[in-house]
Amino acid sequence: MREISTDVITENIKEMCIEANLTLTEDVKGKLDQMEGEETEKLGKQILGQLQENLQIAKEKSIPICQDTGMAVVFMKIGQEVHISGGSLEDAINEGIRQGYVEGYLRKSVVRDPIDRVNTDDNTPGVIHYEVVPGDQVEITVAPKGFGSENMSRVVMLKPADGIEGVKDVILETVKLAGPNACPPVVVGVGMGGTFEKCALLAKKALTRELGSHNSIPYVKELEEEMLAKINALGIGPAGLGGNTTALGINIETYPTHIAGLPVAVNMCCHVNRHKTRII
Amino acid sequence: MGMMKKEEDTLDKYITTPLTEEKVSDLKAGDYVYISGTVYTARDAAHKRMYDAMQEGQQIPIDLKENIIYYLGPSPAREGQVIGSAGPTTSSRMDKYTPLFLEHGLKGMIGKGKRSPEVIASMAENHAVYFAAIGGAGALLSQCIKKSEIVAYEDLGTEAIRKLEVENLPVIVVIDQEKNNMYDQTLR
Repeated sequence: MREISTDVITENIKEMCIEANLTLTEDVKGKLDQMEGEETEKLGKQILGQLQENLQIAKEKSIPICQDTGMAVVFMKIGQEVHISGGSLEDAINEGIRQGYVEGYLRKSVVRDPIDRVNTDDNTPGVIHYEVVPGDQVEITVAPKGFGSENMSRVVMLKPADGIEGVKDVILETVKLAGPNACPPVVVGVGMGGTFEKCALLAKKALTRELGSHNSIPYVKELEEEMLAKINALGIGPAGLGGNTTALGINIETYPTHIAGLPVAVNMCCHVNRHKTRII
Repeated sequence: MGMMKKEEDTLDKYITTPLTEEKVSDLKAGDYVYISGTVYTARDAAHKRMYDAMQEGQQIPIDLKENIIYYLGPSPAREGQVIGSAGPTTSSRMDKYTPLFLEHGLKGMIGKGKRSPEVIASMAENHAVYFAAIGGAGALLSQCIKKSEIVAYEDLGTEAIRKLEVENLPVIVVIDQEKNNMYDQTLR
């Protein structure tokens, strides 16, 4: 049994909230650079250049990449040999979010109730997902999620008869409907299978997978490649103002499902696809 | 290529506020425009509050006439900075309130994403223009903001109304007063 103190969790979450909002991971930066080179529309190319300039300014001046510093989504993978000491884990995670958003000059975008809409003033609570896994480590992923793109996401309960063609239609239609609203070039996370909530969670997790990597199931990898090409042929382009660069990537995750169902979730994310992972 | 400079063969336009009807008539969908002068920030909560006040015939805290609203809720400024990250939010959430604002003299809106047919019709009727700023470029856009002051609804935090002084804020005309819509032209 390994003991990890809640103080350690809080400190790490705080730092990760700040880092995630000031710098993107290398895969996202690399894709932006690559696609600027490949973009044929002048305005589109110029916008991709400005997005990279934006990343530079964000890093140098410690200004968040985007003013929507998101609702903090936290994935906790807790080794079953770990004992968390020092109080409530959930409180520790939210305390990390609070400190990160207050001390990091990040925007407080969370309201305490969906109808009365009073701001909690510290961006808490986060949305926390726990998973218990073998081992004696804790893996934390912090993924602040902006709502310009979140609002354009969808869950569709397809019929088994709709098959893979049905899935393709849902993905393409979602990207089209999102258009300029989701701040293209987007990253598309797709969950296929499971139940209503499972596919949505898979789609969210898919956004944290490295861009350019592929699902290990051969047909899913092919689907990722085909859909990326189709999305980029739509012409939406950077900022929705035209071009070949509508998506930086599409990651698809699957799970077994029921004989009667084919749930599909498409979680849209803007080019500011933020996520940081640490292993403690 | 310098900061936010556009390639040479397209026409850049420079405008200063107030945004008069004459200036609006010169702006066409697709124009790359640098805005200087005063713009006001307002997003969901501030729109709702102003809309409710106008419905009840009450005064609102800013004069909309010949003004521009930037759909923005900035992140907090660090010490020595004017403002934090300052990019546009999705405009369609303001659609419900916008026609009434346009009837009260609002001439320009800066945001990102689609507008409703009702907003586009009202823009034509009231001679107004819709600009897009680049979504997700808040650090870059913040560099064009030289002054920021909360002028109303301070209790709304990031959603308070701010009076901004901007210098060459880069935007693109997406919808002009003749209902030309750049977003409609991009889909293949």
